[in-house]
Amino acid sequence: MKNFEYAAPRTEAQVVELLSAAPGRTEILAGGTDLVGLMKKMIVTPELVVNIMNVDSLKVIDQDEDGSVVIGAAVTLDEVLAHPYLGNYPAITDAILGISSMQLQSQGTLGGEVCQRPRCWFFRNGDPLLDQGQVSSGDNRFHAILGNQGPAKFVNSSRISPALIALDAQLRVVGPGEGDEQFLQIEDLFRVPRHAEQRELVLEPNQLVTHVILPSLESRHNATYEVRHGVGPDYPLAAAAAALELDDSGLVQDARVVLGQVAPTPWFSKEAGVALRGRMVNEQTAEMAGVAAVNAATPLSENEYKVQLAKVAVKRAILRAAGFETGGF
Amino acid sequence: MALLQNQNGDDGARQYNWPAREKSKVIGKSYNRLDGMEKATGAAKYTYDINLKKQLIAIGFGSPHAHCKIKNLDIREAVALPGVVDVHVLKQGEPGTEIQWEGELLAVVAAETEAAAREGVAAIKLAVEMLEVFTDDENLESAKEAKRTRKAGSKIELENEPDEEEDEDEFAEREITRLFKEATHVVEGYYGIDSITHCCLEPHGSTVEWKDGKLTAYLSTQNVSGTDEGFADGLSTDDRTVTSSDVEVICNYIGGGFGSKFAADYWGLAAARISEKTGRPVKLMLTRDQEQKIAGNRPSGYVRAKLGADKDGVIQVWDSHHWGTNGYRGGGVGHAKMPYIIRPKNFRRVATSIATNNSQGRAWRAPDHPQACALTQTLVDDLAAAMGKDSYDVFMANFLAGNAASRHPNPGETYADQLKIAGRLIDWKAKWHLHGKGKVRDGVVDGLGIGCHEWGGGANQSNTTIKVHPDGSVEIFCGTQDLGTGTRTVIAQVVAETFGLTIDDIKINIGRSSYPASGASGGSTTVGAVCESHRRASQDAIQTLFGLAAKQLRVEASDLEAVAGRIQLQSRLEPRNARRLRGQGSKTLSWKEVCGLLGLKPLEVSASYERGGGADGVAKTKGDIPGPLSDEGVCGVQVAHVEVDLETGQVRMKKFVAVQDQGLVINPKTCKSQIYGAVNMGIHAAFFEQRINDPGSGKFLNAELSDYKLARLGDVGEIVVELYETDFERSRGVIGNGEPPVIAPTTAISNAVCNALGVRVPVIPLTPKRVLEALKAAGRA
Repeated sequence: MKNFEYAAPRTEAQVVELLSAAPGRTEILAGGTDLVGLMKKMIVTPELVVNIMNVDSLKVIDQDEDGSVVIGAAVTLDEVLAHPYLGNYPAITDAILGISSMQLQSQGTLGGEVCQRPRCWFFRNGDPLLDQGQVSSGDNRFHAILGNQGPAKFVNSSRISPALIALDAQLRVVGPGEGDEQFLQIEDLFRVPRHAEQRELVLEPNQLVTHVILPSLESRHNATYEVRHGVGPDYPLAAAAAALELDDSGLVQDARVVLGQVAPTPWFSKEAGVALRGRMVNEQTAEMAGVAAVNAATPLSENEYKVQLAKVAVKRAILRAAGFETGGF
Repeated sequence: MALLQNQNGDDGARQYNWPAREKSKVIGKSYNRLDGMEKATGAAKYTYDINLKKQLIAIGFGSPHAHCKIKNLDIREAVALPGVVDVHVLKQGEPGTEIQWEGELLAVVAAETEAAAREGVAAIKLAVEMLEVFTDDENLESAKEAKRTRKAGSKIELENEPDEEEDEDEFAEREITRLFKEATHVVEGYYGIDSITHCCLEPHGSTVEWKDGKLTAYLSTQNVSGTDEGFADGLSTDDRTVTSSDVEVICNYIGGGFGSKFAADYWGLAAARISEKTGRPVKLMLTRDQEQKIAGNRPSGYVRAKLGADKDGVIQVWDSHHWGTNGYRGGGVGHAKMPYIIRPKNFRRVATSIATNNSQGRAWRAPDHPQACALTQTLVDDLAAAMGKDSYDVFMANFLAGNAASRHPNPGETYADQLKIAGRLIDWKAKWHLHGKGKVRDGVVDGLGIGCHEWGGGANQSNTTIKVHPDGSVEIFCGTQDLGTGTRTVIAQVVAETFGLTIDDIKINIGRSSYPASGASGGSTTVGAVCESHRRASQDAIQTLFGLAAKQLRVEASDLEAVAGRIQLQSRLEPRNARRLRGQGSKTLSWKEVCGLLGLKPLEVSASYERGGGADGVAKTKGDIPGPLSDEGVCGVQVAHVEVDLETGQVRMKKFVAVQDQGLVINPKTCKSQIYGAVNMGIHAAFFEQRINDPGSGKFLNAELSDYKLARLGDVGEIVVELYETDFERSRGVIGNGEPPVIAPTTAISNAVCNALGVRVPVIPLTPKRVLEALKAAGRA
């Protein structure tokens, strides 16, 4: 780890003021479960680390008058998991439970989980994040099967973001200027970088995600399903989150299906939603949605198996969201 | 029964043996590890925890390339950094050196802090000439094209012999062809098991200090008594001789070794040189990825094999060619291990070694056995599948027909008996279904599989000194080490049994090379070794104490026994005599009273045991004193019950049963712990572990534990351990069991997955990717 300066501001404004506009010069520290590893390997070498865990406004879970739930970026995952406001959002709690690590759940934060860097083993071993041949001609068994036609072949590693996108969540972001505040749909946070200067998030280096805003929900028809190699703490091989709107007869009015661990961003599958709309959820329709979700997959040399896993993850997430048994493990 | 029998008065030789099962007070009873609380509370100081005043932190700079030639290593910027005290360039960091694997250390940076050392490492500039990389050890054809192969041994063994004028090779070919033609069932296949690492949670390393011409090395090692010499040899130069007596190696606790920690290693020597140069203690522990890349791995093995069996599934002929790598020098699974256990009278085996750009392997718990087991017994299970028979019956038929190659004196019957027990414990006959014919429930199907193994486990060399102090306290001094398996506890049990004391009465001093030398802990040799030395020393010591007590009590020393903290007449004595003496309370003595008779000096008794125990139960010592305290040669049968998610290829353990013999069991609890740990390790290897080299760069992609997958508690299912300790096994004395139970899990699990799917997933680990690919290849996806 390279030596660095450390700051622990108390307000959002102070955080923004401390953050540099120059990429890489400052890093935001929340739970540290990702950043510290990156710093130890010198993949990031900030001059200043800004700890946001002393900013009280980032540590609240609140409910607005319209029933939407506001969660601070520095709220830990086990606090999210245990909170009564999250009762209608099993897609989120499924994803947190899937992390299967007391340490990561108690130390990791919601904001940090969403903003974590990719786990790509080339990147983590010091190679550039974007492919220069090391991924396409190397061992890419865990890499992207969708959205991988450009140089970005890594997968977005966030476990919770697919759920947040399926639930149509928003983010509150502050900075870069003093008093700057914006709200964006969470799917707009992610982008597929096209060149080395682009990061995988649209934020400027001196912007801060402060809160996640979950729209009010009247039903619990949402779920996350992860296909994991083992049951312990490990990133999934493929995952999906589904949020369904069902009418009184059980017909799907709307379906938002988002895949995780299969593309450089959480992968919103309009095709899966279309496949479900106007139909009853059952094994066959869920399967059709899974097939639709991976129809455009372009697996790399070593990861064709992920197409099957992604398809199954979508099917099982939909079944789970509708309250059915998923089959399998 | 007396604790000591058959004293031979003529030459002073004495036969040592163990108390009968019903007479044992301490041996054969379960005890918690003596150091368990220290470890659980963090009080135990591992090498990683050792920090000396004014120490420097040293970190190695490793080659980022798997194959290259060094052009230049520029350390100037590193040397100039604040906090960096020394940059030591290793021999392999010099220009012109060919580097054969990623991570090979080229220089070591010693600094005031870890951060400064890391910055120093980052500041080193390396210029290289890149060389062609080869790491595809599974692909024999591409290895041949890359000229990376060489012959690694072969053997043909046939019941019939050629006529005198017949060409041996032609005869063998014809005979093998004939045997296959005559076989009722012929099965062939391709199987493999990838290279894995040791994954010691405490990486290799040491904290060393040169002071007044002496080196103290706190070293994470399985070889306390042997590495002082390693340091001494490595540090000696043409101008200066360092002797073993100049070095003290200390290791009180070790966080895993598994066969990879027997030496000072070049990084340990580098730390010592920096300490000498700077006059300060130096701590150098490998980083996690360095540990994985350079500090040991297990060879891979891949095989094309064919067998022929009779109508009952008894294998008559075997023919195999296997290959794999043990690193840049080639190597791989030794040909002599094939076919493993289930070995017919007629076989041909051929091995090819492949050189890859990886660090050379190190002994990994039961070297070669897990691979040979998986490369053999998967095909045996496929025979059962092809016959449409119960795998249990096919394995049993081979055991009973004598296809059971093991160092155990009676392998066929023992394997058969152990299989029966394992089958009962997993409820085999009720759960069994033919391969691929299980009932699919919610997309999940289950399966059963068998594996069996053998091992030596004979006692290593061991010396000890026991001190009995006049105040009654007892200490032992022995240069052995406790790998966490309970060596301290076992020694205390042996001495306590002999002295009629409790294990808490025995102070154990081990883990220093200045203590009497004891063998390295490898090959499952430690428990036999320390039992030999400590039983001998304590039995000799108790004779002296019996002599003192006899004088005081006015009885014969040979009539005494040590029980429950007292020296007293043996209970077998005639009732009249016993009544007379017991009626006089002053005629029995407490342990402390007897020790008080020693006067001012403690009683010091040493014993030596030289390795050489044979299957006949007669151990050879320096004095050629027979004493069946230890033996070698064990069997072991394991069965696995798994479930497979057919849509995702995920496999989950339901239950695993391990039946294991190991002669006399000193401490059933620690003995079982060894087996639980071994089975866990086998489950890691069966489902998760895999050294993944990038095909282009040769880099070890998953060297960090976040990427190098291991099983977690929820992955291991229920493990049932059955200690197989019949009267015959017990009569053989102590045999080590560190290795054997780790051999068969991968095989049993692979067979169970095959039973579930009806499709063989040919290469271990059985990842979801491989399971799905196997199903697809079989037209099942």
